[in-house]
Amino acid sequence: MKKVSLTIDGKEINVEEQTTLLQAARAAGIQIPTLCHDDRLAPHGSCRLCSVEITSGKKARIVASCVYPAANGLVVETKSPRVVKIRKVILELLQASSPKGRVEELGRIYGTSTDKFEKELTFCILCGLCVRYCSEVKKADALGFIGRGIEKQVVFFPEIALKSCPACEGQCFSLCPTGILPNKFARSVPSFGRSQPTVFPVRLWDEENFLNLTRNIE
Amino acid sequence: MAKKIRSPQELLQFRKKVVALKEAAKTRIIVSGGTCCLAKGSKRIFELFREELDRQNIADGVELISSGCHGFCENEVIVVILPEEICYMRVRAEDVKEIVSRSIIKKEIIERLLYKDPLTGEQFIKEGEIPFYKHQSQIVFGNNRFIDPKNIEDYIARGGYEALVKALQTMTPEEVITEVKKANIRGRGGGGFPAGSKWETTRNAPNNPKYVVVNCDEGDPGAYMDRALMEGNPHSVLEGLIISGYAIGAREGFIYIRQEYPLATENTLHAINQAREYGFLGENILGSTFNFDVEVHRGAGAFVTGESSALMSAIEGRVGQPRPKYIRTAVSGIWGKPSNLNNVETLANVPLVINKGAEWYSSIGTENSKGTKIFSLVGSVNNTGLVEVPMGTTIREIVYDIGGGIPGGRHFKAVQIGGPSGGCIPKQFLDMPIDFDEFSKIGAMMGSGGMIVMDEGTCMVDVARYFLDFLSDESCGKCVPCREGLRQLRKILMRIVRGDGEEGDIVLLEELSEVISAASLCALGQTAANPVLTALKYFREEFLAHINEKRCPTRVCQGLVSYFIQPDRCQGCMACLKNCPVGAIDGGKGLVHVIIQDKCAKCGICFEVCPDRYRAVEKLSGEPVPVPPIPSDREISPRRVAR
Ligand SMILES: Cc1cc2nc3c(=O)[nH]c(=O)nc-3n(C[C@H](O)[C@H](O)[C@H](O)COP(=O)(O)O)c2cc1C
Ligand code: SF4
Ligand code: SF4
Ligand code: SF4
Ligand code: FES
Ligand code: FES
Repeated sequence: MKKVSLTIDGKEINVEEQTTLLQAARAAGIQIPTLCHDDRLAPHGSCRLCSVEITSGKKARIVASCVYPAANGLVVETKSPRVVKIRKVILELLQASSPKGRVEELGRIYGTSTDKFEKELTFCILCGLCVRYCSEVKKADALGFIGRGIEKQVVFFPEIALKSCPACEGQCFSLCPTGILPNKFARSVPSFGRSQPTVFPVRLWDEENFLNLTRNIE
Repeated sequence: MAKKIRSPQELLQFRKKVVALKEAAKTRIIVSGGTCCLAKGSKRIFELFREELDRQNIADGVELISSGCHGFCENEVIVVILPEEICYMRVRAEDVKEIVSRSIIKKEIIERLLYKDPLTGEQFIKEGEIPFYKHQSQIVFGNNRFIDPKNIEDYIARGGYEALVKALQTMTPEEVITEVKKANIRGRGGGGFPAGSKWETTRNAPNNPKYVVVNCDEGDPGAYMDRALMEGNPHSVLEGLIISGYAIGAREGFIYIRQEYPLATENTLHAINQAREYGFLGENILGSTFNFDVEVHRGAGAFVTGESSALMSAIEGRVGQPRPKYIRTAVSGIWGKPSNLNNVETLANVPLVINKGAEWYSSIGTENSKGTKIFSLVGSVNNTGLVEVPMGTTIREIVYDIGGGIPGGRHFKAVQIGGPSGGCIPKQFLDMPIDFDEFSKIGAMMGSGGMIVMDEGTCMVDVARYFLDFLSDESCGKCVPCREGLRQLRKILMRIVRGDGEEGDIVLLEELSEVISAASLCALGQTAANPVLTALKYFREEFLAHINEKRCPTRVCQGLVSYFIQPDRCQGCMACLKNCPVGAIDGGKGLVHVIIQDKCAKCGICFEVCPDRYRAVEKLSGEPVPVPPIPSDREISPRRVAR
């Protein structure tokens, strides 16, 4: 493998070609926050919290470090004022729909204001960790995305979930950064009610948990 | 009958034969048959012509053609009679008999069916003399008016496939690329990226096979340039695609057509089959060693699928969602192979460049924007339709010379270009030339060719809200800045038009826009804040009026408008009272009518129905509603009614 040399936060770093900026930074002990990244899964590039500023030539731009490949001569800033501002706004946006869990922790670190945007609680931040874990690691595809734009959501496909989830005992739950999926596998739930729907929003998996969370915040 | 054409000589001979045949027909009747023409009964009109020609026993000397869209869609169905070039507009089924007996047989002109300029009353016989067409230069779109898209011979008769012959016989792929680079064709799909450089990158990318793709997803609401070209002159796009395949070294091409375009799909499939029969597709094209074929892929109808990486995912059979694209699709596209994507109009320009040369082509336009651009001109303008103008034409020329200005004596306010994530260009830029870079400089963009004219009655805050509505629906929803950012931008704008805008909202809009533009995954998100940013840049005072004074200057935003009946103008006709859907009007015969503000749903019906000669209902915004007269003062004196 070819090596490339780049600068991250002023440090010169040599890594193999194809390494992502996130991997390169971590290898050099530089921490970048992430919400949709998991080493076991293919990068998704959806939360954009890992945004960093790169300069090659004169142009500076923002890229997602978890997907951007390292290249020779690249100058990367992981904590520039612009980057910090972007992360802060992203977290503030997420706090409007999902003010708990990792989002809350990171929000505290970045000093976000929790009421900048109008609340619309959905909890799921669509990081896709559960979906991708189920698909890539468990090869079960019991979860998926439906809809698009501001209506997009994550759902269980009950037909598959009834077969796969009991044996797996909800390993995906532990990946969820929001607290919407219960920490323990709720054995009683996967009956999906009497008339089995074709899709089942994640937040209804443990409706009581969801309502409790919502009540606590509102 | 059809036979493969194997050499340039054969094509030339074939063309001569077709042209001779066409000249033998003394008269040609062309009936416009684009998607919207069909809705106006053009198919029936075409059949009636056929029947009538047969009945009158003159079918032999007359060639009847169903063409594609002519561009002047508000006046369809359009019928053109050649060689006299008589052009009839708004033709209906009942006119066919008269046209045949008077204009075809007796060579008379039926004045009633001629186009009449609504402004001057002047009538025109020839299509090309009509102001709407006269100021255009239809080098790409012009053939639409003469050819039957289902008949490859019509295209060949007008010089079709000559560019392909020239490229295959006399040019190396590199020379084709050089020519396209010299002509400096820039992408008509929105980005304005130079086609030649993209072709070169794809050609030089190490991997094989390579693919070439046509983007006919055309998701911009109200835009239909690509549809009109694809359904009206599919061979011109196909020829451009085949040439791009030759230049890039691809053996396979895709034409991605959105689901909502059945006629474009039908005509394209037909064109592909014909091109195969004639040997323009397949193995050893025109006797060369070049092999190439094309497949049509039908889209699922989401706006974001028009984005290059999303479109390629869709062709692979996956969800049409953008991918992180730090490696260009020109290097790693469909199935990870180098793939070149071009817009329909971009490719339709290619045969022109090859035929007439880069020098000719680049003599049209401005320094950095060459050739022409087709716009779909809509909104508050007298003539609407598709217009093709040389780059460098000013917005004023399009709106006033071609578009005939703003109807009803109203004033121009802005023109929205660049599609949903474009921007509104205000009056002070009316004389700005159509040019990729000039548009970017003022915060707008060329986009794919939507052009919406807005008059003084348009609220720019409401316009921004409208486009944000569209974009937050059409975002794929994958990345946080785009999905959540647009959700909140929309919420803030809705709050402002509702009258609940707060101090700080403008700063918040700007901060959020900056983050959405910088951090979103694909170009949809990266450009989605444009409508807000340009509105704030050029119409900031309107935002301030909404937020600080709770006033909508154009009285469009319902939440900021109140209705009031002027007591001294009301004649007690009861029209408003009868029509108010919520019973919010108190009155009766001979009484001044009064709106009960608490009950009013602000539908504006009373404003519309109050007779023009009274105009008693007023729209108010940003000012207190006057106190209505006390009951004893509400009787309208007979003297006043008599007057
Ligand atoms: C959200 C989005 C939608 C797009 N839709 C279209 C489209 O409908 N048609 C099109 O030709 N290009 C569209 N584009 C641009 C394409 O990504 C691509 O740049 C273009 O097809 C390249 O062709 P060109 O260089 O010939 O313009 C879209 C881009 C984005 C970001
Ligand atoms: S449920 Fe949790 S893990 Fe799954 S997409 Fe939503 S936030 Fe991510
Ligand atoms: S329609 Fe006009 S004039 Fe007639 S009653 Fe209503 S306000 Fe008065
Ligand atoms: S605006 Fe509509 S609801 Fe209000 S008074 Fe007029 S007609 Fe009635
Ligand atoms: S961690 Fe990179 S986009 Fe989420
Ligand atoms: S959701 Fe597609 S750009 Fe963000």
